[in-house]
Amino acid sequence: MTEASSPFYTDEHQAFREVVRQFTEKEITPNVHQWDLDGELPLELYRKAAALELFGDGIEAEYGGHGQRDAILRMAMMEELSMAGSGGVIASLLANYIGLSPVSKFGSHEIKSRVITPCMAGEAISALAITEPSGGSDVANLRTTAKRDGDHFVINGEKTFITSGMRAHFITVAARTGGPGPAGLSLIVVDGDNPGLSRTKLDKMGWLSSDTATLYFSDCRVPVENLLGEEGAGFSMIVNNFNPERIDMAAQSLAFSRVCFNEALAYARERETFKKRLVEHQVIRHKLVEMDRKINAGKAWCELLAWRLNQGDDPVAEIAELKVAATTTFEFCAREAAQILGGASYLRGDTVERLYREVRVQAIGGGSEEIMRDLASRQLGF
Amino acid sequence: MKVVVCVKQIPDPADPGALDPETRTLKRDVKLILDESDSYGVEMALQLVDAAGGGEVTLVSMAPNGERSGLSTALAMGAESATLVSDPALVGSDALTTAKILAAAIAGQGADLVIAGSESSDGYTGTVPEQIAAVLDMPSVTAAKAIEVDGSTVKVQRQTDAGYDEVECPMPALVSVTAGVVEPRYPSFKGIMAAKSKPFEEKSIADLGMSADQVGWAGANQEITDVTDAPTREAGDVFEDDGEAHLKIVAFLENLKVI
Repeated sequence: MTEASSPFYTDEHQAFREVVRQFTEKEITPNVHQWDLDGELPLELYRKAAALELFGDGIEAEYGGHGQRDAILRMAMMEELSMAGSGGVIASLLANYIGLSPVSKFGSHEIKSRVITPCMAGEAISALAITEPSGGSDVANLRTTAKRDGDHFVINGEKTFITSGMRAHFITVAARTGGPGPAGLSLIVVDGDNPGLSRTKLDKMGWLSSDTATLYFSDCRVPVENLLGEEGAGFSMIVNNFNPERIDMAAQSLAFSRVCFNEALAYARERETFKKRLVEHQVIRHKLVEMDRKINAGKAWCELLAWRLNQGDDPVAEIAELKVAATTTFEFCAREAAQILGGASYLRGDTVERLYREVRVQAIGGGSEEIMRDLASRQLGF
Repeated sequence: MKVVVCVKQIPDPADPGALDPETRTLKRDVKLILDESDSYGVEMALQLVDAAGGGEVTLVSMAPNGERSGLSTALAMGAESATLVSDPALVGSDALTTAKILAAAIAGQGADLVIAGSESSDGYTGTVPEQIAAVLDMPSVTAAKAIEVDGSTVKVQRQTDAGYDEVECPMPALVSVTAGVVEPRYPSFKGIMAAKSKPFEEKSIADLGMSADQVGWAGANQEITDVTDAPTREAGDVFEDDGEAHLKIVAFLENLKVI
């Protein structure tokens, strides 16, 4: 079945997929390695992506978004952007999605106008700051505090592993405004130029073109108007933000797996050993089929869950399971592709080499495989 | 200001299919896309209307099978409406017939300016724009790298080997645009969604006052008598560096008029 005849995709989905494909091939793929060396993306890329409205899914049209939420469209977009073979580009370019989602759902008109509109135009970058040096997945026990002082919150604490943290103009910060546990958490938007905020860049194994930071809040005074929604409602906002992020990461991981497969197949058809092309060796063909089989199964599941999200369903457990399936498939495909490419996959600048390093962050970020399995087991009542 | 842009929908060059062995023409029973060389014309038209402070960009195209995906791309870029001449009898139409059909679709639209790509990326005759202008009895300027509208006059920078000529003519006029002279915009999400509801008119040859014997194979004055494979690429010249290689390379590049 072609995508055109799939029950999941409309003509508009296909048209947008095609535009994102052209954008990726022209604007991203030729530059991926240089951006890895630079350690960041050019700001011009955000403006170009904004012209396509790449940041707008789930954001009100009034602030420059699509005015609708469409998980199938978003999945197609993730897949096409992933074909450049760089998770770092996607993590940085689309950090707006995790940073702005709570602002869009719970922010006031004033804060939406001030924060979302410039991000939609590619003139500003947003980030989401949840994880702390003491832990990430245990959201209910975050330690950063925000004490009320008149018409301000005063934030103290640290956040780490924050994507786009070095350059973000707006940071959605999880902080404890109340007592211990989940009921004491709130989300507050901190402007990047706040004098109480300082940042340190983190060097990483992968996602090299995505700037990642530790953030320090030291008596960081923020107007109470920057609070998103009700005080103490932050935990549910954070948890609700995870589902789209996880299916995004699953779609990316499966597409990265497809990139590994494509690279391996092309090499296997070209490279000759023992007077035969690699692909003529049964052991290589079996590797390729195993890769293809796992990717196809994952993609079919991903499409189904995206469709169910569009129907209003909330399949938390299955999205957690999907993310595990996708990242383990990615790990398998990156390894097998590296085995087929041999020494070529060990050279910096090679696509499989980059993706091999990026397996780890896909398997940990947005909820590690272990946390995903645990979440699924609890959701399923085991 | 009203600008009509001629666009062609062609098989995707990334997956171009094959020639029909009987007719020696490109098989078009695959998904068609907007010819990239026409995307420059669409972009130029959109920029001209923006510069004029308002107006309308409308599209005309012809296809034998009602295909509209390439036109949808141009509508998503920002064109306001489209007319597609579609009729099974159009199969086999030569360049002049194509020009007559497109001219008939353009006539009566009140165009101030007609823009076309210099040549299509599949047929490459490069003659259709000027033939349209002749049929419509309007002036034609070829190989435009820049277009400016000044009142009722169109001013064109016309690409030449040495640089460019500055020419102008009264409107309405037809201008063919050189590929690569502007950066075509990507269709945006909202552009794609809006394209669904933009005016789209499909006409048969009868709607244009033409009959089946005037178009397609029946009306063609051209026939493709033979098709030959392109010559295989020859090995390049190798200059061994005996201390003088740089001079040979310079002479080689000068001969190509690259430097």
